[in-house]
Amino acid sequence: MPTDETGGHVSLPWMTTTVRRWIVEQSLRSNVGHVASALSIVDIMVALWASVMRDPGTSVATRDRFILAKGHASLALYSVLRLMNRLDEPTFRTYCADGSLLGVHPEARLPGVDLSTGSLGQGLSVACGLAYGLRCRRQPSRVFVLMSDGECNEGQVWEAVQFAAHHRLENLTAVIDLNGVQALGFTRDILDSSPMAEKWRAFGWEAVEVDGHDLKELVPACATSGRGRPKVVVARTVQGKGVSFMEGKLEWHYRNLTPELAAQALAELQAPCETR
Amino acid sequence: MRNALIRALCEQADGDDRVFLVTGDLGWSVVEPFAERHADRFLNAGVAEQNMVGLATGLAQAGFVPFVYSIATFASMRAYEQIRNGPVVHGLPVRIVGIGGGFAYGPGGATHFALEDLCIMRCQPALTVIAPADPAQTLSVLRAIRDVRGPVYLRIGKGGNREVPNLDGRFALGRPEVVRAGADVLILATGAIATAALEAAAMLAPWGLSVAVAVLAHVPYTTTAALTELLAGFRAIVTVEEGFVAGGLGSLVAETIAQRGLAARLRICGVTVPLDGISGSETSMRQRAGLSVESLAQAVAELSGAR
Repeated sequence: MPTDETGGHVSLPWMTTTVRRWIVEQSLRSNVGHVASALSIVDIMVALWASVMRDPGTSVATRDRFILAKGHASLALYSVLRLMNRLDEPTFRTYCADGSLLGVHPEARLPGVDLSTGSLGQGLSVACGLAYGLRCRRQPSRVFVLMSDGECNEGQVWEAVQFAAHHRLENLTAVIDLNGVQALGFTRDILDSSPMAEKWRAFGWEAVEVDGHDLKELVPACATSGRGRPKVVVARTVQGKGVSFMEGKLEWHYRNLTPELAAQALAELQAPCETR
Repeated sequence: MRNALIRALCEQADGDDRVFLVTGDLGWSVVEPFAERHADRFLNAGVAEQNMVGLATGLAQAGFVPFVYSIATFASMRAYEQIRNGPVVHGLPVRIVGIGGGFAYGPGGATHFALEDLCIMRCQPALTVIAPADPAQTLSVLRAIRDVRGPVYLRIGKGGNREVPNLDGRFALGRPEVVRAGADVLILATGAIATAALEAAAMLAPWGLSVAVAVLAHVPYTTTAALTELLAGFRAIVTVEEGFVAGGLGSLVAETIAQRGLAARLRICGVTVPLDGISGSETSMRQRAGLSVESLAQAVAELSGAR
């Protein structure tokens, strides 16, 4: 389990704030964008990695698998790997440096990463194959895949949605980061995906909607699998969550931080005091 | 060739619980024996090739060796990026089976002509590309790739493929198999069109032309010692492939000649003109593309006469 610098117990809210701070600090250090996309999924990531999943990011055969289908939010994944002591801080700091395994999109060669991603729409299919194969092998592992709402534009997603429902992949759980923003605008203006949960339900999935920044909703929603069918957790989120000047702002899908803006962001991201 | 493949796959699956067959809703009267014998390792993914390759990637990660079955055009092109980002990038033992290379689906028209598969697959250094020449060689290929850790693309003939005389099912990765000895010209062929190459060589014998024929089923990313050695023995070489010529077998031989400094003249026989909407039997389509036995014989004669 994660601990603070002195080895003390930490709470989930401490983790989410810390992860957000790491994202901001490293984004500035590397001068790389996609920061708002990473901030959007922090609470989902912490819920899954620090609470829901079994042996996440380890090499234990029975571990739950995790696929970050929206690979461009990799900085959130690296931060959580660091939180879970699967990635040391010096390696974390190589994010987007020459010769690093930590690129803008995650690489499976990096321990703790189950699938190289970055091309949207492909993660759910691999998750389906994994879930089907693990079930054939009578393995208890669950498979989690974290997708973006813009990603659901891809036709392949709906091929996989049909497959999972038809084969009743109960061990598969998809989480959709429904932040309403894609590369060039709001999803409602580009290809309106609403009503997201109802679409998945119509395809035969168990679908629940939660506040994607509320751990009290996220953790129980993800902790239970679908009953006899795959489950989707539609998590309503705000892109850039936690940093006021980024929240819901289109330009932060790509923009880079300046030292001044990073300082302002870090001032807003204060971890709660921890009891030891 | 496809029935031979599935029969052999059935047997392989008897002794190897990793073998898994996934079809994109194709293979009527072909895949059933596997589906019946190994129902727990058979999946029809539906008409959804992109998802099918993603599934295979996940199945391979779960410890299986999935064979993904579709018509060669769909298997190679519809899911090309999924093949690249899945089995290729992750080095997983997925076998992509493309049925009906070249003009095998002759009356099927342009959408069913697999003319690009060899070149687009060969340009991936981490992918093994194999086009067996006949059913017996297909069986040997299956055995030979059993322990290939990375992905393999198999270009398999549709059906009714004749045995290539003297090939006797021989196959090894990177090794050309000589099926006819000769001194003047070498014809090197890949895939089911190898029989036409042999017939062309026989046609030229009465004219006193001594033509060797070899089959290269594995078309590697870069040349091999065995291939270089064979090519080095000839001053005139004709390559034969049923597909567009850029990047395929002829390109491989040209690269070998140029980079190994071989003193051979080369004629690349393949498809060189764009699709024009015309369809017909495989024989007629080969003829239109300059790949009939007569056209091949003429190409050999011209090259040898140019000495």
